[in-house]
Amino acid sequence: MEIISPIRLLLIHVNAEAAVGLVSPVASVSDKRKELRSGSETLREAKRRAILISRMQKLLAYLLLAGGAITMVLPFMWMVTTSLSKPGSFSMWSVKARWWEGWLPLSFEWKNYVEACKVVPLAKFYLNSLLVTVATTVGQVATSAMAGYAFARLHFWGREKLFFAYLATMMIPGAVTMIPVFILLRHLGWIDTYKALILPGMFTAYGTFMLRQFFLTLPRDLEDAAKIDGCSLFGIFIRIILPLSKPALATLTTFTFMGSWMNFMWPLVVTTSEEKFVLTVGLAYFQSLYSTNWTLLMAGSVMMTAPIILLFVFNQRFFVEGIKLSGIKG
Amino acid sequence: MKSSTKEALGAYAFLLPNLAGFLMFTSIPVAFSLILAFTRWDLISGPPVFVGFDNFLRMIHDPRFWKYCGNTVYLMAAIPISMAGSLILALAMNQKLRGVVVFRTVYFLPTISAGVAIYMLWRLVYATEFGYANLLIAKLGNLLNIPLRGPNWLNDERWAKPALIIMSVWQQVGGYNMILYLAALQGVPRELYEAADIDGANGWHKFWAVTWPIISPTTFFIGVMSIIGGFQAGFDPAYIMTSGGPNGSTTTIIYEIYNEAFVYQHMGYACAMAWMLFMVIFLFTLVKWKLFHRFVYY
Repeated sequence: MEIISPIRLLLIHVNAEAAVGLVSPVASVSDKRKELRSGSETLREAKRRAILISRMQKLLAYLLLAGGAITMVLPFMWMVTTSLSKPGSFSMWSVKARWWEGWLPLSFEWKNYVEACKVVPLAKFYLNSLLVTVATTVGQVATSAMAGYAFARLHFWGREKLFFAYLATMMIPGAVTMIPVFILLRHLGWIDTYKALILPGMFTAYGTFMLRQFFLTLPRDLEDAAKIDGCSLFGIFIRIILPLSKPALATLTTFTFMGSWMNFMWPLVVTTSEEKFVLTVGLAYFQSLYSTNWTLLMAGSVMMTAPIILLFVFNQRFFVEGIKLSGIKG
Repeated sequence: MKSSTKEALGAYAFLLPNLAGFLMFTSIPVAFSLILAFTRWDLISGPPVFVGFDNFLRMIHDPRFWKYCGNTVYLMAAIPISMAGSLILALAMNQKLRGVVVFRTVYFLPTISAGVAIYMLWRLVYATEFGYANLLIAKLGNLLNIPLRGPNWLNDERWAKPALIIMSVWQQVGGYNMILYLAALQGVPRELYEAADIDGANGWHKFWAVTWPIISPTTFFIGVMSIIGGFQAGFDPAYIMTSGGPNGSTTTIIYEIYNEAFVYQHMGYACAMAWMLFMVIFLFTLVKWKLFHRFVYY
C-alpha cells in the first residue's frame, strides 16, 4: 500500500485531523506498529510545523496591515489635530517635542470651526454641494434606469446602433466635451447657475450601461406574468424591475453621489460668484484667501471629509460590490 | 395599434430623458469639439476662424506641451508602486484574518475622501517649515544623530513630482485596486495550491507559479485602466497644492487643457489638445481589447 504523503494530508485542515485520529490507533505488537507510529509522529510534527508557519504568516500579515493602517490614518489625525489647535501654534509636534505629543489634539479649539464658517460662507457652500449632489444623483439614477430598461428589454428601431453610440462615448475623456459644453452653457446664459452645475452631470452613458447590464441578468418570468395580467410597461418598470435591482441602484447612487460631491473641475469652470460655489470650489477659494491659516483650512477640510467618511462606513457593502462589478465587466 | 409599435413607442418614452441629455451634453458637443479643434477662437472677438491643422502643428512644436506630457507620464510612476502595494495588502488580507473588514475600511479611507480637502491636508504635510513630512524626517535624524533636513517639497522642481507620487500611492494603495486583487485572489482554485504543495513548492514558488499567472488578467485590467486614468489625471491635486508649478513641473496635460481653454481662452487649441489626449486613450483601449485574452492563462 502506498503511504499517502503526510504533507498531502495536512493540506486540507479537517482531513489532516481526521488522519491523525486514524493513524494513531491502539498499539499492536507487529512490525507494522513501528512504521505506523513513526508515520504518525512525522505527521504530528509536520502538522505542528504547518500550524507554526501559518501562525507566523498570519502574524506577519497582521504586522504589515497594522503598519500600513497607521500610515493611512496618520494624515487624517494630523488634519483633526491641526483643526483643533490654537491658531499659530498648530505644530505641536516640533523636533523638540516628546514622541507622544502631536498625535492627538492637545487642545480643543472648537471655535476654529465656527471661525472657518464665518470667514467664508461655508454653510452656503455646503448647501450648494448638497443640492447639486442630490439633484445630480437622483436625475442620473432615474434617467439611467429608464434608458437602461429600454435598452435591456424593449424592442425598437435603432436599438443596437444607439447602444453602440452610448458605448463609444464612454471612451471619450471628459476633457473633450467639457469645452463645447461650457461654450453651449455660456451661449444659453447658464454660466454661474445651478443648472450649469447639475444638468451636464445628470446624463451619463456609464450609468445607463451599468444598469442595462444588470437588468439583463434579471429573470424574465415575472415580467411575462405581469404582462399577461395586463400590467403596463411603466408598471412593470416600477413594480418589478426597480425593486429587483436595489443593489445595482444603490451602487450607482453611491458612486454618483461621491463623484458629484468631490467634483472640482467642472464647478470651478462654470461658477464665478461666491453664492454658487460648491464646497470643493469654496474650499479652494478659502485657501486662496487664507493660504497659511492652517487651523481654519483644516477645520474646513474636516467638515468636507467627515460626511463622506460616514457615508462610506455605513454603505461599504455597495462600494465593494460596485467595484467588483465594474472590475469584472471590463 | 400593433403591440410591437406600442412597445417601441414606450421604449422611446423611456429613452427620451436620457437621450435628450446625451445628445445635448455628450454627442453633439463631441462633434462640435472636433470642429473647434481646427479653428482659432477666443469666444470674444467674433466667430471661430478655420485654421486647418495649425493647432496640432503648434502643439507638436511647443516644447512646453512635451514637457507637460512628460510630467503626466512621470506622475504615472505611482501606478506600478501602488499596484504592487495593493497586491501585497490583498495577499495579507487573504490570510483569513480576524478584523479584515476593519482593515479594509481603514485602507479605503484615503481613496474615498480624495478631493480638495485631502489635497489641502497634504499641502500641510509637505509644508517646508512645519510640515509633518519634514518634522518626521528631522525627528528621524535626531534619533540617528545625523542632521537630516527634508526637502522643500512642493516648491522645489525636483521634489514636487515625487511628492505628488507619494501622495497618490497613499491614496490608491488600499482602494479599488486592492479590492479587485482581493476578489481575484479569492477566485484562485484551492486545488492548485494543494497540487503545488505536493510538488514541494514553498510560498514564494507558489506565488509566482500559481497566484501570479491566475491573477494576471486582473493585473492587466488594473494596469491598463490606471494608465488610461493616468493620462487624464493630475488637475485637482496640482491646482490645490502647486498651481501646476514650480515652473510648470506639475502641470499635466489635463491641467494644460484647462489653462488654455479657461485661462487663456484658446478654445480651438484646447480642443485640439483634448483630441490628442483622446487618441492616446483610444490607443490604450485598443491594446486592452486586443491583448486581454493573452493574459488569461487558464
